[in-house]
Amino acid sequence: MKGLRQVFRELVKDPMGRIGLIGVLLLILLAVFAPLLAHYSPEKMVSMPKAAPNQQFWFGTDNYGRDIYSRILYGARVSLEVGLISVGIAASIGFILGIIAGYFEGRIDRIIMCIMDILFAFPSILLAIFITAVLGRGIENTMIAIGIVNIPVFVRTVRASVISAKGLEYVQNAKSIGVKTFPLLMRHIAPNTIAPFTVQATLALSSAILTEASMSFLGLGIQPPDPSWGSMLSEARAFMEQAPWMVIFPILFIVITILIFNILGDSLRDVLDPKLKT
Amino acid sequence: MRNYVIRRILQIIPVLLGVSILIFAVMKLIPGDVISGALGVEGSPELRQALTVKYGLDKPYHVQYINWILGVLHGDFGDSLRTSEPIFPEMMRRFSVTAELTILGALISWIIAIPLGILAATHRNKGIDRFVRVFALMGVSIPSFALSILVILFLALVFSYFSPLGYVSFFENPVKNLQIMILPSFVLGITIAGSIMRMTRSSMLEVLQQDFIKTVRAKGASERITIFKHALRNAFIPIITLIGMQIGSLLGGAVIIEQIFSLPGLGQMTLTGINQRDYPVVQGCVLFIAFIYILVNLITDLLYAYIDPRISYN
Repeated sequence: MKGLRQVFRELVKDPMGRIGLIGVLLLILLAVFAPLLAHYSPEKMVSMPKAAPNQQFWFGTDNYGRDIYSRILYGARVSLEVGLISVGIAASIGFILGIIAGYFEGRIDRIIMCIMDILFAFPSILLAIFITAVLGRGIENTMIAIGIVNIPVFVRTVRASVISAKGLEYVQNAKSIGVKTFPLLMRHIAPNTIAPFTVQATLALSSAILTEASMSFLGLGIQPPDPSWGSMLSEARAFMEQAPWMVIFPILFIVITILIFNILGDSLRDVLDPKLKT
Repeated sequence: MRNYVIRRILQIIPVLLGVSILIFAVMKLIPGDVISGALGVEGSPELRQALTVKYGLDKPYHVQYINWILGVLHGDFGDSLRTSEPIFPEMMRRFSVTAELTILGALISWIIAIPLGILAATHRNKGIDRFVRVFALMGVSIPSFALSILVILFLALVFSYFSPLGYVSFFENPVKNLQIMILPSFVLGITIAGSIMRMTRSSMLEVLQQDFIKTVRAKGASERITIFKHALRNAFIPIITLIGMQIGSLLGGAVIIEQIFSLPGLGQMTLTGINQRDYPVVQGCVLFIAFIYILVNLITDLLYAYIDPRISYN
């Protein structure tokens, strides 16, 4: 098991890992300091509609005369917030269920995995759309929907590593000298799940951000006037031939964000799980 | 093998049952009752009562569920609340659009991804390999709706080309149909191609390092025979698994792409149903798409068993 510091060192050594780390860091900074970096309020009309990018409005303005640069910055907040919270929901529920299913096996395992198979039986975006259709639109419900959709992958990942860890000699030994179930799980078995779990979480972040953007684009996720990259794009579609900057910048940021999370996830996988190296 | 096929088919029954119960239960959680949603403010109590009885909503939940499922098994998904038309025929009409889009998208992605993946593996760390890796990473990172918009914008601004509007079915006018479908299918294909490319490359690399490939080369087989006859066959197994898993992304991607290119498919029907609060339509479409998804996964699983004779399924 590699220590956190060693993982970090190896990640920095890999050029792709470096790009991923720096990219994610920059993105977090953009999101956190959005109020300082933004030139205008993201919801205020500050100029003529559809002004082309210029010195005052770096990314131009939209059909309501709002500053696209400022909206993009606040949109980064929304993307990261939705990504982190929904993956947080999925990862924590998935972790608990995965540990239970993997450790106890038997009937409880069958029940949990059957429910996961049912959730897996839907194309993920369809399930997310279906859940928001019921819960209603808006940021919280989008997070819940994306969270639920991502639970099964975490359950599967954690369960698989718990089952293989159970067979390890030191775990057997710990069990035979009478270590109780809960400490055994937490101290001896759970650490074995961390590597695949972390890789899964990073990749889930990129897919959660993608799903949020898609849902907001379809008008089912974040609702205007809240600045989400997906909803910005969907508003911009009608004007894209006259004002291409209205679509170009949101797309650029969506793609770059998903890209850097994918890059980070890939190199994290290479570092943590060299068996899977591609 | 036959036992495996039978067992695998039997296994999907509980999943289908679970899926239908989940959909039914979730639909019951919708705040406010369906009838008020359909009638709006104008409905009188008598009308409301009549509709409640007509849709069987006065019965207990388990009776409602059983009635729904019995109907579904007979191809009766109920009527739309908006148009009062039966849902099933409309769904089948729209399914042909979604199926065409998905199949064309899958074909395009294979045509692009598999040869490039093989080339990347056989030219490891050369220019083509780097290109393929960057292309694949971009492919996995660009959402289908973003790529659609970029393609539409690019064609409009550079070539003043606008994708033809209005849908024509393949059987009415194949040429016009393909003209309409090619762009959406291409976009769908590209967004799926990235991961197939990666999988082809890595699984090919793995096979090429194995001893039997050395033996094949040592006996003097040409590079082409080595790659296509010996390596590719083995490399295909994980690729097929991935292709099966991607049917979900394809169907999901189709939902979004239909919306952008105004194609009258199942995805568009589902979204319209959601926006119009036409719950029987939503319920029917979601069940139907999940059913197709499960069915295609079953087929890939069986195909997998057929292609890979090393695994015994007892």
